[in-house]
Amino acid sequence: MASGFKIDARVPLYARLVVALPVALFAWFCTMVPATAGGETLAWEVAWLPQRGIALGFIVDGLSLLFALLITGIGSFILLFSSEYMRGYPQRGRFTTFLVAFMLAMLGLVLSDNLILLFVFWELTTITSFLLIGYDHEDATARRAALQGLLVTGAGALAMLAGFVLLGDAAGTLSLREMLASPASLVEHPHYQAIVILVLAGAFTKSAQFPFHFWLPNAMAAPTPVSAYLHSATMVKAGVFLLARLTPLLGGTDLWMETLTAVGAVTAVYSSVLALTRTDLKQVLAYTTIMALGTCVMFLGSPVGSEGGTASVGLLAAMSFVLIHALYKAALFLAVGTIEHSTGIRDLRLLGGLRKPMPLTFAATVLATSSMAGLPLTIGFLGKDLLYTAGFLPESAPYAVWAMFAAAVLIAAAALLIAVQPFLGDSPNSPKVPREGRWTLWVGPLTLGIAGLVFGLQPQFAFNRLLVPAAASVMGYQPHFEHDPWHGSTAAFWLSLTTLATAVLIFWRRKAVFGGFGRAVSRLPLTGDQAYDVVMAGVSRLAAWQTRRVQSGIQRRYILIVFATLGLGLAVTLVIKDAIRWPTETPQATLLEWSLALLVAASAVVTILARTRFLAICSLGVVGTCTALIFLIFGAPDVAMTQLIVETLVTVLVAMVLLKLPDFSKEIWPSRAIRIRNGLVALTVGVSITLVLLAVTAQPPQRAVTEYFERTAVPGGHGRNIVNVILVDFRALDTLGEITVLGIAGVAAFALLMPGPRRRLKATRPTKPSEKARQPDATEGAA
Amino acid sequence: MEPIIAVVVGVLMAASVYLMLSRNLVRFVFGLALISHAANLLIFVSGGMIRGMTPLIAPNAALPEPGVANALPQALMLTAIVISFSVLAFALVLAFRTYEELKTVDTDAMRAAEPDNGIGEES
Repeated sequence: MASGFKIDARVPLYARLVVALPVALFAWFCTMVPATAGGETLAWEVAWLPQRGIALGFIVDGLSLLFALLITGIGSFILLFSSEYMRGYPQRGRFTTFLVAFMLAMLGLVLSDNLILLFVFWELTTITSFLLIGYDHEDATARRAALQGLLVTGAGALAMLAGFVLLGDAAGTLSLREMLASPASLVEHPHYQAIVILVLAGAFTKSAQFPFHFWLPNAMAAPTPVSAYLHSATMVKAGVFLLARLTPLLGGTDLWMETLTAVGAVTAVYSSVLALTRTDLKQVLAYTTIMALGTCVMFLGSPVGSEGGTASVGLLAAMSFVLIHALYKAALFLAVGTIEHSTGIRDLRLLGGLRKPMPLTFAATVLATSSMAGLPLTIGFLGKDLLYTAGFLPESAPYAVWAMFAAAVLIAAAALLIAVQPFLGDSPNSPKVPREGRWTLWVGPLTLGIAGLVFGLQPQFAFNRLLVPAAASVMGYQPHFEHDPWHGSTAAFWLSLTTLATAVLIFWRRKAVFGGFGRAVSRLPLTGDQAYDVVMAGVSRLAAWQTRRVQSGIQRRYILIVFATLGLGLAVTLVIKDAIRWPTETPQATLLEWSLALLVAASAVVTILARTRFLAICSLGVVGTCTALIFLIFGAPDVAMTQLIVETLVTVLVAMVLLKLPDFSKEIWPSRAIRIRNGLVALTVGVSITLVLLAVTAQPPQRAVTEYFERTAVPGGHGRNIVNVILVDFRALDTLGEITVLGIAGVAAFALLMPGPRRRLKATRPTKPSEKARQPDATEGAA
Repeated sequence: MEPIIAVVVGVLMAASVYLMLSRNLVRFVFGLALISHAANLLIFVSGGMIRGMTPLIAPNAALPEPGVANALPQALMLTAIVISFSVLAFALVLAFRTYEELKTVDTDAMRAAEPDNGIGEES
């Protein structure tokens, strides 16, 4: 992917100008910091579908502002970075549009007040991320990864929508603001468990929690700026955001806390083990991202505490980790992008010695990995301190702190690996001579790395202005932290130091440890990715099977389905609606009428039985003529006349055409079984139609419309033949349509019969059975 | 009279469905011709059947005599007859041209648009 495009291509102006959008939004959101830090909720609303309670409503509170600042702040660096990184890529405009659309969708998601609106933005991020992951659409891996992300998160989102509908039903409103104002009753609602399970399905798929984690590493097929954005501050954090947003409404119960803690812990430990088995830098970062998401989910399962009592350290820790992870992960992804951009590779086994040619990228990486590992003085240290402090609390799950410890050790080892392997040691054997890129490449990672250090040295701003207000939104009340949140317990402090020491030990013995992890992982019977393949192959097989059954390509089978449906549908309706009416009296009919009716019915049967075309044509003619006579007897001479003329024409036409067609002498008549099957379908249709007609004629005919025509024929249509007046006056447009159909049929028939070039038709003549090419099965999705 | 015609319509429908299920294009066209008769009679009988009284208005009257035949189904049928004639005529020409091109009237053998994908089919 890195080679093959023109590197000297100009950077289009719009790619630079578009950076102004997130910068301006970031500045605008910054002006809201004082308000939300004071516990205010800013709201803005326009009615959208008021009759359904759906409003275009946005709210800004501590939680949504933290996310909005991350989205716009990191988005600015991402757009700046990609203006350089994507130099010479095809379809730059498309890329920029997708990225900006994704950013706005993500912003809409975190600012939505209405649940339905939130769902709409949620799905917009799914769709735009599909486009971004599959941006390199000529690469099959990227296409598969994009589809996988779309299907996994889309399926979860559908479950989430169902949960939202139930939630809105239970709360009596779809507005989050109104729900948060009176959250108490939801937990006792009979649908509470269903709501939680459905909403968690959405959040866990989006935030790549075990066992839905597999789509995230595959999504690394996206261009690196996209990975940096989607997997640091945005897309995958949406699930974490949703859980945080709904914690005041649904949280605090055993179901909520135990599920979140357990799923988060498994995800964090499992993914940090996997992270160390990878050699592709982006894959290492992808798995550490899953670890971070698992950590956030695990601590969102903390007890919410209570107003006036001790505030929840766990929720504050989770919010802190959202910020910390966004800062260092965006920096690291961008640094990896820079390395890839200048060396053309990102394999840890090949990289080395980049410290000298790329000093600024090295500095940024060291800063970011320090925060990732949780070295003292960085904000990462404060975050880990909070996580451990929360884990040691008596109300936390007993395994939480040890799961956190295991994950943190492995992540610190991964951080060491990322900082050391590409930069120290021998110079790499890379396709390109490594050198520092332009300022647009390194300014982002360096600024974000420095931010991690500044927040670590001066934690007051970040905590008081951003993190505590965000945690307050999650808790649902204004918390009071008795101790300084950035000076945790002594146990936590010593555990942090133990974490670093263990990580160094693991890194020192990395060959043995990583190899052991690799062997253990390879023994797993089934990975999520393989399970996805199995399911997709199953879906394809089912689709192929039912297509073969229903879409057989055989005309009479289609007709069979249509008529069987008609017959059964009518019959079932008649029975269900109890609409079967038998005639109460013997029908009054003259001998002539009886004979005509019998003649029609008998001729229809003869048409079926006829083994010569001549007999069939004759009996068809009898049916038409006798029908015309019935019309004549029952006061419809116009219809009878038309019918006679048409019948004559039809008989002549049929006779003419049949002269050119083969007779029935070589006909292969269907087997007995098929005849019985067809007969049964035909009988069902016939009997059902008769029963419908009996039911209809049991009622006196509704003549209101006819009476209107009778009244207005003379004054309105100036005619005394009511049928004619209806045709040429009241329903003149229908008659025009009828004539048009006749004309089109005539022209089309003429065109078919016209002598002339007929090559096009011949080209589609079917091949002989022996030459038939087998159609490839519709198993595209499984490939 | 209506119940008799209702049965006749049912017989016509059954016969036309049976013919249309045939794999012979000619028999399919016969079914198409029969089904339009069935549909016309169905419309006719739904509006009620009245003997002899044509829906006409006498020269010096404003309204028809009470109890004349229902004019509306007749108008609808006139449209339907012409359209079904057009469709039938076109189907006939199509069958003729199909035979000219493919040298068969067996619909099972006409697989240019949807080639046989190897799934077996009874005769």
